[in-house]
Amino acid sequence: MSDKVLMKGNEAIAEAAIIAGCRHYFGYPITPQTEIAAYMAKRMPKIGGCFLQAESEIAAINMVYGVASAGKRVMTSSSSPGISLKGEGLSYMAGADMPCLVVNVQRGGPGLGGIQPSQSDYFQATKAGGHGDFRMIVLAPASVQEMAELTVKGFELADKYRMTSMLLADGTMGQMMEPVALDLEVKPAPEKPWATNGTKMQRAHNITNSLSLVAEELEALNFARYEKYAEIEKNEVMYEEYMMDDAEICIAAFGIASRVSRNAIDEARRQGIKVGMIRPITLWPFPAAPFKAAADKVKSFISVELSMGQMIEDVRLATECKKPVTLCNRVGGMIPSPEQVLEAIIKANNGGAN
Amino acid sequence: MKNFKHITLMCGHYGSGKTNVAVNLAFELKKQHENTAIADLDIVNPYFRTRDSEKELTDAGIRVICSRYAGTNLDAPAMPPEMYAITEDKTMKTIVDVGGDDRGAYALGRLSKMITDEGDYEMLMVINRSRPLTRDAESTIEVMREIEAACRIPFTGIVNNTNLGRETTAEDVLSSIAYAEEVSALSGLPVVMTTVREDIAPSLEGKCSNVFPLKLQNNLI
Repeated sequence: MSDKVLMKGNEAIAEAAIIAGCRHYFGYPITPQTEIAAYMAKRMPKIGGCFLQAESEIAAINMVYGVASAGKRVMTSSSSPGISLKGEGLSYMAGADMPCLVVNVQRGGPGLGGIQPSQSDYFQATKAGGHGDFRMIVLAPASVQEMAELTVKGFELADKYRMTSMLLADGTMGQMMEPVALDLEVKPAPEKPWATNGTKMQRAHNITNSLSLVAEELEALNFARYEKYAEIEKNEVMYEEYMMDDAEICIAAFGIASRVSRNAIDEARRQGIKVGMIRPITLWPFPAAPFKAAADKVKSFISVELSMGQMIEDVRLATECKKPVTLCNRVGGMIPSPEQVLEAIIKANNGGAN
Repeated sequence: MKNFKHITLMCGHYGSGKTNVAVNLAFELKKQHENTAIADLDIVNPYFRTRDSEKELTDAGIRVICSRYAGTNLDAPAMPPEMYAITEDKTMKTIVDVGGDDRGAYALGRLSKMITDEGDYEMLMVINRSRPLTRDAESTIEVMREIEAACRIPFTGIVNNTNLGRETTAEDVLSSIAYAEEVSALSGLPVVMTTVREDIAPSLEGKCSNVFPLKLQNNLI
């Protein structure tokens, strides 16, 4: 018997978080991510951790804020509408430079939408998690194994840069079962001299706060934070290329859309069409460089998304509109079929860029 | 599997593979009994439901009893009104796909008195050693007891469905036999069958008894 276990994506996130040393989980149930909370509810009491079902998403994110301030690894999870509710807390944590992991297992929207999978929170995750100038590190897994690995990575990056990491999955990724190896490597959390964990009468008080009464000081904080963001854009970009060496058409897809696209690419290759894929693993920082480089080689790009076209804007920016970028999508809880993606590839190959 | 009872209840740990085994058993039951139904009483799982195989089942003449909301965009843990046919129609034999864990088994409580009073049922515990919370016999027995307490029906047998999805090998199944036997010894219940993906079944011949080959349900991803 191999060392692998069969897990749902949601369970893999929860177990990986525990492996990463997270002992505090706060959340509020919502389909299709409820298994994360259910798993935590079963496991946390057995290992001396804290599982708490809060009275609302807003309460949960503020509990996360509190534990982050105390210097411990902490997380919450939700699905699209619940993440909107957490928006205020995300902004406050950014303003106070607090590290945490937030999981969004996306469902169809807008509004209450539906419970089926979607990727239509890309804008929210990468550009507007809340009010004010701030970023979150956004990680997009494409397998249950990656859900586990990127959960660990999310905690490490959050601690390293004192900010929120968001794991952006979708309902299918959360619900599907795949074998997972859980021998994950975890770097220990760094020292947190800023934590509000008691002075022991040996140091000055630490203060966690996102309020600045002096405009000049608030400006300086924002400039400093964006210097940190520039470092992240330089050092933390992750992506995967698939069959890009001789590609004439480049697909841009992340998460579940990349899995469907891979099947379509394999079929197109059998038909002799030179197509490849760049799969962003970090959505922020966006892997602009490989797209920019590809723009000098390929005829056109296809952005495959479970949204009305959100990542496509970043693809166009990264490629400086050198080549046409078309959209291949389904929304509202629907997933593009490999046949639909293949059709888009054939069309692009025939020069019919739109 | 032979001599199906009036009602065959499929319970087990969340993600043990109950739905897939239930759908496959329904096709087997149909070969032996004309008036056959499969009932989806899962009130927990939002995706991957019996209904995903509805066309194949109804095409084969198997009645599908499931919530009209199953597999839709509405997250309503509803029971199908038709579910009373399971106990009331004495000519119909039914495979019942119950939701995972004790939380899923609560839904069965509504029918438990009718089922136990009649006494013509099989209550099967589907086990999968590859699932992280049922890796050993003790934790599996714990889940069994929780399910029994929730639905108030005692188990009558065990289905060893140990698998790693598409990556499952014959060795995975063979190495789970000792585990299944330990669950059997601790619970005092027989291992009714070992369910395996159909392409693996031939390599288990002579090494494992009561092998039941499964066709995997369609999966688009």
